[in-house]
Formats: sequence, structure tokens, C-alpha cells
Amino acid sequence: MGDRPADVRINDFNEVDCGLSTDEAIAEAERCLQCKKPLCVRGCPVSIDIPAFIGHVAEGDFSAAARSLKEQNMLPAICGRICPQETQCEGVCILGNKETPIRIGALERFVADRERENGAELPDVAKPTRKRVAVVGSGPAGLTAAAELARRGHAVTIYESLHEAGGVLTYGIPAFRLPKDVVRAEIDQVLALGVRLKKNHLVGRSVSVDELLDHDAVFLATGAGLPAFMCIPGENLNGVYSANEFLTRVNLMHAEAFPESDTPVMHAARVAVIGGGNVAMDAARVARRLGAKVSLIYRRGEEEMPARRAEVEHAKEEGIEFYTCVNPTRILGEQCCVTGIECVKMSLCGVDASGRRSPEPIEGSEFTLDVDMVVQAIGTSPNPLLVSLIPGLERGRRGNVVVDKNGRTSIHHVYAGGDIATGAATVIEAMGSAKRAAAAIDAMLKEE
Amino acid sequence: MYKVEAATKLADRVYEYWIHAPQVAGHARAGQFVILRLHEKGERIPLTISAVKGDAVRVIFMTVGKTTEELATLRTGDSISDVVGPLGRPSEIDNYGTCCVIGGGVGIASTPLIAKELKEAGNHVIGIIGARNADLLILEDEMQEICDEFYITTDDGSKGVHGFAADVLKKLLAERKIDRVWIIGPAIMMKVTSGATVPYGIKTYVSLNPIMVDGTGMCGSCRVTVGGETKFACVDGPEFDAHQVDFNELMQRQRIYTGQEKVALEQFAEHRCRCEEGGHHHG
Repeated sequence: MGDRPADVRINDFNEVDCGLSTDEAIAEAERCLQCKKPLCVRGCPVSIDIPAFIGHVAEGDFSAAARSLKEQNMLPAICGRICPQETQCEGVCILGNKETPIRIGALERFVADRERENGAELPDVAKPTRKRVAVVGSGPAGLTAAAELARRGHAVTIYESLHEAGGVLTYGIPAFRLPKDVVRAEIDQVLALGVRLKKNHLVGRSVSVDELLDHDAVFLATGAGLPAFMCIPGENLNGVYSANEFLTRVNLMHAEAFPESDTPVMHAARVAVIGGGNVAMDAARVARRLGAKVSLIYRRGEEEMPARRAEVEHAKEEGIEFYTCVNPTRILGEQCCVTGIECVKMSLCGVDASGRRSPEPIEGSEFTLDVDMVVQAIGTSPNPLLVSLIPGLERGRRGNVVVDKNGRTSIHHVYAGGDIATGAATVIEAMGSAKRAAAAIDAMLKEE
Repeated sequence: MYKVEAATKLADRVYEYWIHAPQVAGHARAGQFVILRLHEKGERIPLTISAVKGDAVRVIFMTVGKTTEELATLRTGDSISDVVGPLGRPSEIDNYGTCCVIGGGVGIASTPLIAKELKEAGNHVIGIIGARNADLLILEDEMQEICDEFYITTDDGSKGVHGFAADVLKKLLAERKIDRVWIIGPAIMMKVTSGATVPYGIKTYVSLNPIMVDGTGMCGSCRVTVGGETKFACVDGPEFDAHQVDFNELMQRQRIYTGQEKVALEQFAEHRCRCEEGGHHHG
């Protein structure tokens, strides 16, 4: 069914991609070669049996397809929408060599949406083990670990500091990319496994570290929520936001509906968004929907942008102006408000540690963009609050919790996964690390 | 949902609520705050924890915008959708010797808990509370009870010393040794009052109240410049060394949404008028 036209969708926050119709889904599934040694499964961080679920779609047995998906992934409607499939399952699909790869993400979403509309079946839950597990954070990693552990019979409590669960799925990713009823429905599925959710509980403050460590096992999934700022002059002027703040005001607090909802957000005529990742695309497209002319400033080339390809294309279709190989040097203001942003052009030379071409400023190439608002989407780092309060918890240089491949930390019964362990990464990578940690926690609890 | 156990009007536009929130009450220390959200469409606003009793915490607020106006319509037995806390770092309580705790206007709300913990740590505690006039003074008896010495100031002289808290502080500083000072009030009052301790080099704490959203260090809305560095008031504060704070920037950032706040308030006032005319009641 494809995407809604750009000139229509920029007027609302409804979903851009309309998904596949039943006929389209079956036709797409029938293209699958059902490889004996499927590369796609290896490309999936949570090891979904992709040929199996696609096989069920081709047969028209959508319930069986959903069961197959949920064996490995409790959040398929979310992942089908936001995974970077082009670098994972679809990127290694053998059909991609000659024609287009199977649209695995679109099929995953189709199956999950279909199941949600028809009433979801719950997976089996093992009998209670009486082991108490605390999961800190209800983002992708926390929800995944909670679901895995609850299915194995453990008594899981998720602590969430905000008034809604979902972490970045709720406050970070806009509804036009990930509708909030989809997020809530998949969270409800996790809770239906018997997981307790305690909202408005900031562990380290509302729950003491001693109370936390008193559980039989702890899984830390507090994410990378600490926003980075560029540390350039003018950064504290009124009208300069971190992407986290800008997106939270809209996605979590519904500032787009102000004054119908109570949280305001600035409505600017011209906005500059700094960054080239998914968060930058999200911020740019939210600003566009609030009525602004938006310039996206990125210090490397378009090929180097870490954002999903589809989001870059969507942003362009929606009229976001791209300034690539450009870096901001100063935010200009008058009477406390932003009036412009001074930038310098960059040349790309050599290759840096990340394997990307390294940008260098070109002397004398400075120019100014007239804007009245700036959003910085240049990354986030691990939330320091809780992890700095736990004595003996080893942390890496970037503030991340140090873990082994199974999510074990330096404290015996404490595990960590998702962005708090890896630094900012994707939703699906967070879920993959949470699954491995949940398996290790389960093994530890069964040994005792 | 968090139940309002007792709602009392303390002064013109100033209200005191005891809210049932065991996870906050069980862990709260002086200097910390809560963030509350009234309902599904509500914004998140920070309020200092003023006292703790059993499973309840006390907040005191002045009606200044739509959310506080709406909060003030709640009565004993009503509920608040969300309360999270205690947030922020607790006050740096220790046995310093002689400490002075100063509250201005609704900022007086923060002083009893700080004064009490300082007293329990063995300090000689001097309390100063100031307001525009006698009717706006709050928590007078409570502070009198906790503090070893206690002063009241009013701008119009209707009670206590005629003048500002800063005047009393200056007089005390000239006469004797004070080891630590806390000042909580409007930004401009904290700026002016903390100036008095600069010549004496006395460590002075102020509690900053910038605009916040999540209150857990994730958005940076509350960033303030302290000693030339950007800090997040919600997790690095809310108390900071007064002599390092860029108060002008704080006051500038507090005004980001002035226009929108006015729209929201006007719309709320209009809505209330209509409801009252129609004989409806929004509890």
C-alpha cells in the first residue's frame, strides 16, 4: 500500500508507511526461496526463524506466522517498523544479489499488525520459580528481558521512571514512524505474561540501591538517555534544544496539541537540526510537521549518515533541506533568542577509527543560516544516575556498564543490556543483548 | 494515582498539599523535589519536597500558570495521575557549626526540611523567612520551632523586620561567624541575597528552579551554567554554589514559554468561567 504522499503527511503525525495488504504480503512471501542455510536468520540480532514465518505467510496461515515470530521476538510490530533491515536480514538476503531482497520488515509488521487486530495469542509461561527479578527501564532491552524471564516462570518487576513505559519507543521515536497504540499493545503483551510494571519509580531515588540488589537477579536497561551538546557558543539561548527534549515534548507530552495538552514546545519558522542519525531525521520531520522550514546539518556526506535509508528518503520527500559536509561553529542570538547558526564547510579526507571518512573544516568557508530554533541530535551517552550509585559496578570510559557477552557485570547477580552496556545503538541490538542476558540470568537462577 | 490526603490554602495563591506517595516519602531528603503530572494531558512540573510524614509528602506551591491553577482546584481526597521522586541530589548536610537557612516567598516551603536536617546534624540553625507582606508569610510556626534563632522580614514592614532577608543576613554576617548559608526563593531574590556572602567567602547554596521535563537527566531543558560549565539542575542539583551560578541565564531560560503559558492560562480561566456559569464543578 506504500507511503502516504509527502504533502499530505507533513500535516499530521499519522503513520507514513501504510504497510502491506494481505495480497501484497502473500505475493511477497511467495518470492522467498526458503534457503536451506538462511543468511537472513544470521543477520537478525534476535535470530527470528525468518523462512519459517514467511512460509506461513505464503500459506496464508497468519496465526502460525505470528507464533513463529514471537518465539524469538515479543515486539514484532515495533521491529518490523524501525529495524534497519537493509543492514541486517534484508541486507544479506540472497535475492538481493539479482533482484530486490524479500521485504522481511514489512512482512514482520504485517503479521504482527494482523495478529493485534484479531486478538493476540499469549505464549506459554512456565510454572512459577519464585525467583524475583528486577528490570530497570522499560525500553526495548528491559521489555525483552522481562518477557523472556517471565516466560521462564520468574517473577519480574520492571521499574520505569517516566509516567509511561516504552523508553525510547515512547519518548523518542515519533508516532508517524511508530504509532503509540502499536507500542502500547506490544507492551501490554509483555505485561500479560505476568510482568509487573512500576511507573514513576526512578531506581536509585524512589527505590534504593539496597532494595534493588535485594532481588534474586537484576537487569539494568537504563539506556543512553544523556544528551550530548556540541559545546559551541550560544548553546543555552532560548530556542536551542537537545533532540531528546524536543522529541520528548512532542512524543511523550504531546506538545503538538498545545494548548489542548499542557506542555508547550517552540513553534519556529526556520529550524536547524544538527546530526545525521535516525534521531536527527525524527527531529527534522517533527519540526516540519510543526510548520517549520527545516535545514539538516551534518558534518559528513550523505553516504555516511547512520540513519536508516528509508528515513533519509522520507525526510527529503518532506522537504527537509540537507546541508552535508557542514559543521556548526556558533549559534547566534539577540535578546536571548536564536537568530541564526554559523557553520563551516567540511572536506572529507582520510578514514577515521569508525571507518568513515573523517571531516576537516575548510578555512574561510564560514556561512550563516537564518534560523530561530536549533535542535542538536548529535548523540547520547549512557544514563549515569543509577549506575554511578551502585558500589562495585565496573564502568567503561564512556560511562557504559562493562559486561561480558552474556550481559554479566562485575557484580554477581547484576546483568546489563541495551544502550547502558553498549552505548547508543539500535533497538534490535538492545533486544538481542537483552535476550542473551535473560538466558544467562535464567541459567544462574536455575543453578541456585 | 496519588491521593491528595489534605489540601489547605495557606495564603493568597499559596496552597499546601499532602500527597500519598510512599516511594517518595520513604526516601526523601532535604533539598529534593518531585515531578507531578495532573492527568493524561498534563505537563510535568517540579515541586520541592517540603516535609514528610509517614507515606505522604508535602508540597507547597503558588498559582502562577495553568498547571498550578488547575492543581489548586483539587480538594482533599482527589488524585494526581503521576508523582515521581525524590529527584535531585539531597542538600549537603553536615555539622558545619552555624548555618543560616533563608526562604523567600513560596521558597520558604523548602526551608523546614533543610533546617531540620541541619539541626539534627548538630548545627546552630538560624532561620530567616521573608515575604512581600505578613499575609504571604508561610510556615512561620514550623520554622520558629526548628530554628535556634528565627527572623521574619516583610517588604512592607507589616510583620517582623521591615526590609529584605538580605538585610538581616548582612547584619548577622557583620556581627558573627556563619559557616554555611542556604537561600531558596525566586531567582532574582537568590541572586541578590547570595551577593551578601561573597565578601565573606561563605559557601552558599541556592536551589535552582529552571523549566524541566523528565527530571531524570535525559532532556537538558533544565541546563544551567555553574562555574562556566553546563549542569543539569535535575540531576546535578537542584542545589548549587550560589557564587558560581549564572542567574541571568537562568532567568532568561525561565521565560522561554512565557507567551504560550499566557495562552494556556487564559484558556483555562475562560473554561472555568464557562463551567461555573453552567453550574458544573471540576473537582
